[in-house]
Formats: sequence, C-alpha cells, structure tokens
Amino acid sequence: MPYDLGPDVIEVVRAPKGGPVRGTYRAFGETLRGLKTTLARWNEGTHTYQYPEEKTPVYPRFRGRHKLHRFEDTGLEKCVGCSLCAAACPADCIRVVAAENAPDNRVSAGERYAAVYEINLSRCIFCGYCEVACPFDAITMGHDYEMSDYNRSDLIFTKEMLLAEPLERTPLRSAGE
Amino acid sequence: MITIIAEVGYYEPWWIQLLKALVIFAVVFQLVPVVLLAERKVLGRFQHRYGPNRVGPFGALQPMADIGKLLFKQQFRPTGSIGWMFALAPVIVMVTASATLALVPFSDTVDIFGTQVGLYGIDPSIGVLYAFMFGGMATYGVVLGGWSSGGKYAFLGSMRAAAQLISYEISQALALVGVVMMAGSLSLTEIVHAQEGPGDLWYVIPQFVGFVIFLVAGFAETNRPPFDLPEADAELVQGYITEYGGGRFAAYFAAEYLEIIVVSALTVTFFLGGWNVPFVDPPTWVDPIVVILKTLALVFLFFWVRATLPRLRYDQLMSLGWKVFLPLATLNALVTAILVVAF
Repeated sequence: MPYDLGPDVIEVVRAPKGGPVRGTYRAFGETLRGLKTTLARWNEGTHTYQYPEEKTPVYPRFRGRHKLHRFEDTGLEKCVGCSLCAAACPADCIRVVAAENAPDNRVSAGERYAAVYEINLSRCIFCGYCEVACPFDAITMGHDYEMSDYNRSDLIFTKEMLLAEPLERTPLRSAGE
Repeated sequence: MITIIAEVGYYEPWWIQLLKALVIFAVVFQLVPVVLLAERKVLGRFQHRYGPNRVGPFGALQPMADIGKLLFKQQFRPTGSIGWMFALAPVIVMVTASATLALVPFSDTVDIFGTQVGLYGIDPSIGVLYAFMFGGMATYGVVLGGWSSGGKYAFLGSMRAAAQLISYEISQALALVGVVMMAGSLSLTEIVHAQEGPGDLWYVIPQFVGFVIFLVAGFAETNRPPFDLPEADAELVQGYITEYGGGRFAAYFAAEYLEIIVVSALTVTFFLGGWNVPFVDPPTWVDPIVVILKTLALVFLFFWVRATLPRLRYDQLMSLGWKVFLPLATLNALVTAILVVAF
C-alpha cells in the first residue's frame, strides 16, 4: 500500500477463488440454480393487463382529459368565462371567449359565460393548474387518457366535447369473445 | 444401371430419395414457425407475460404475420455493400442448415407398402464429418453476410462470429469423438443403433461430459444466448444482420431457428438415443414422433437458457471455449479411448 489510508478503509473480504475443478463445479451448479429460478417463474402466472379489453385502473387524483361541469340541479354551466384557467396554463393551451348571459338565454350561473372554451390537447401538459385556478370547480381533470387521433386539429377540444361524457372507445374485441 | 443420388447404406430408387427429401424438409420446416411462436410464448411465461396472443387463436398466426410482413418489405441493400455476396450469405446459411437436416435419422429403414425406405435424408458412412462440414460452412454465411454489408456493426458482428464459431466447433467435434469411439461408427443410424439394446445406455449417461460440451457448443454454433455475441443487440445493434431486411432477414431468421432444430435433433441422435424409448418397444410409426418430441424438448432448453443466462463477455467466451471446453473435450476423448480399448 503506497500510503496509509486510515482505519476506516478495510480490505474487501472475497470468497476463495478455488481451483479449476471447484470453479467448473460452481459454474455448473450456479447455472442449474439459475435455470431453476427462471422455471419457478412459470407457475406464478402473468402479471399483465390485456390492454384494450382490460385497462389499468387509475388513481382518483389521476390527471387525464379535462371535463367541464354543469350544476346538477339547474343544468347551468359552472364556467363563468373568467379566463383564470387560461392565465394559469403554463402551456397556453386554453382559449376562453366570454359573453354576457342574457335573461332569456342563461347558459351559466354567473353574469357571464364562456362562449368559446377550447383546450388544445396536443399542447396540454396535464399539470392540473387550470383545475386549481378555477374558482367554481367548473373544470376538473378526468380519468380519460385515450386521446390519440389522426389529425392535430381533432385534438382541439371544444366546449361541447369537454362538457360531454368521455367517449366510449371501441374495443378491438368485445368482452367474452 | 443404378442411379445413386445419396448414400443411404442400401439400394433405394431415386424417386424415393427425392420424395423423402421433400417430405423431411417440409415437415421440419413446418416446425420453424411453431418454434418461433413457442419461443416468444415460453419467454413470455418466464417473464410473467403472455407473449403474442392477438393474431389468430392464442396468437397462433403471429409467425405467419411476421413472415408475411418481412416478405413484402423492400429488398434494401446499403451502397457500401458487396452485392452478390450480400445476397448469397443468407442463402448459404439456409442451405447449410437444411443440408445438415438431411442427416437426422427419424427412424431406421422401414417397410412402406413393400418398399424399403430409410426415414432419413442420407446416411453416409462419414455422417458425423458431414454434419461438421456443413456446420463449418454455416460460419461462412454469417461471416460473409456481416462483412459484405459494409457496416461497422455488421463487420464487428461477423468478426466475433468467425472467432466464436471456429473455437467452439473444435470443442464440439472433440466432444463427439467419444460417442463415435463408443459406437464404433460415424454413421448416424449406427450411432442410434448402438444406444438401442437393453444393455446399451443412451450416450448422455456414459458421455455426460461430451453431452454438456456438445450442447453448450451447440448454443454457441447457433448464436443463441448466452453466446449471441455476433448479434449482441445491446452493443452491436443486430451484429451481422444489422443491414439485412425483408426476405433476406427472414432467411437468416428462419435459418437460425432451423439450426436450433437441427442441433437439437443431432443432440437427440448422438446422446439421447434417437428414436428409442426406454423400456418399451413402440411400433415403427411412433419413431419419427419420438424424435420430434425429444427434439422439441431440447429446443425448449434453448429457450429456457435464453431466459436465464446473461450474455458472456467476449474474453469470457474465449476463455470458456479454449481454456475449459477444449481441454475437457480432449480429456473426455482420451479417457473414452482408454476405456474403450481396455474393456
């Protein structure tokens, strides 16, 4: 040793090397042990989800596609078009154009309502800041995560799409088939 | 005038030889997609998953879909490649794999409608040498394919293949010397017959060392994990088949699985008693089924080992081949020679 490393440095204890016979035996035995280990996995079955038919359950706070909400009793929209969600959005993917509620045509519970409410889901990063920013719980993050589409323009979700229930995706095989 | 196409140890008309060549190739080639699917299924089970189960019932049509996809792909060739060699290399691999297949005896000479037919392609008196000749030629397919691709990774893969295949071929041949000495013949049917009698053990027991070396060298010869250094996908992309695509890749792929089947069938012939079943004497028509079942059991071992063992480092591969297997195989041959002469 070139210099004193101090009492904290100790030599690593290694197993004895053994001769060629012992080495060969060890290699052979360990190989068999490895084979046994992998074969034992066979009985444990599979730990997979058959995706389109079976879906992984999401956690309650999972941040999937946004939903806009209505009041259950009156059916009026909760969104009052305040644009706080658009202001909070770091990806700048929400566009809100507000309009005044007319007495004969009430859309929301407040003074104003969102005449245009669009979320560009190809830009959205699903951070959930819009949900936090909303003073009326009008927008929440849902559990829908199957949003792939063929055109970018189809990923701009309008107010009607966000208010509607999540689309039922057509499974490749129906249950029981 | 007697037309002899192939040596089978007795007279056989040429049309029977052609017919049985077709039948054997057709039957065993049908096993390739089965083995292809079985590997993915078995590997999946080892890893807690299903494997392919979408195309057809239980994913049974997955290999067909894969083959169909590959065959309809463009035959691509890099500009730096050597054209005719690039096209020839997969052919060599395919031809050598099928040529070795001709040796595998599925049964002895049997009487089919009054005609004597040996249920094997050929049975030359130098059968073992024939097997190793084509085993050595298969190396050319791999090496030429990687080299003529004109790519760095393909070249590295083919260099590794050259070193690996040659060093393991020696141990493999030496491991078989013991079997040949005990059987007293190089003919494969004779070797099976030598394991047939009630007093004759299958060579896996008296030649256990030879069996292990032959099998491990067989893994190396077929480029299977843990000896898949020529196509080590973690470091060499795909090794010697990096630049291949479409039908030529399909040829390499099919040849690899055909080689697995052939090496397993040869191991069955040399060490596991060929078509013999211990303690019972089944009717002759069972023999080919017995051979195929034994072969598939060994093929399963190939998958099992693939799921278990990690790839060797290059120096480990070389030292295992030259420092362990070669002396061990030589010793095995020497001890067997002494014992055969002494008793």
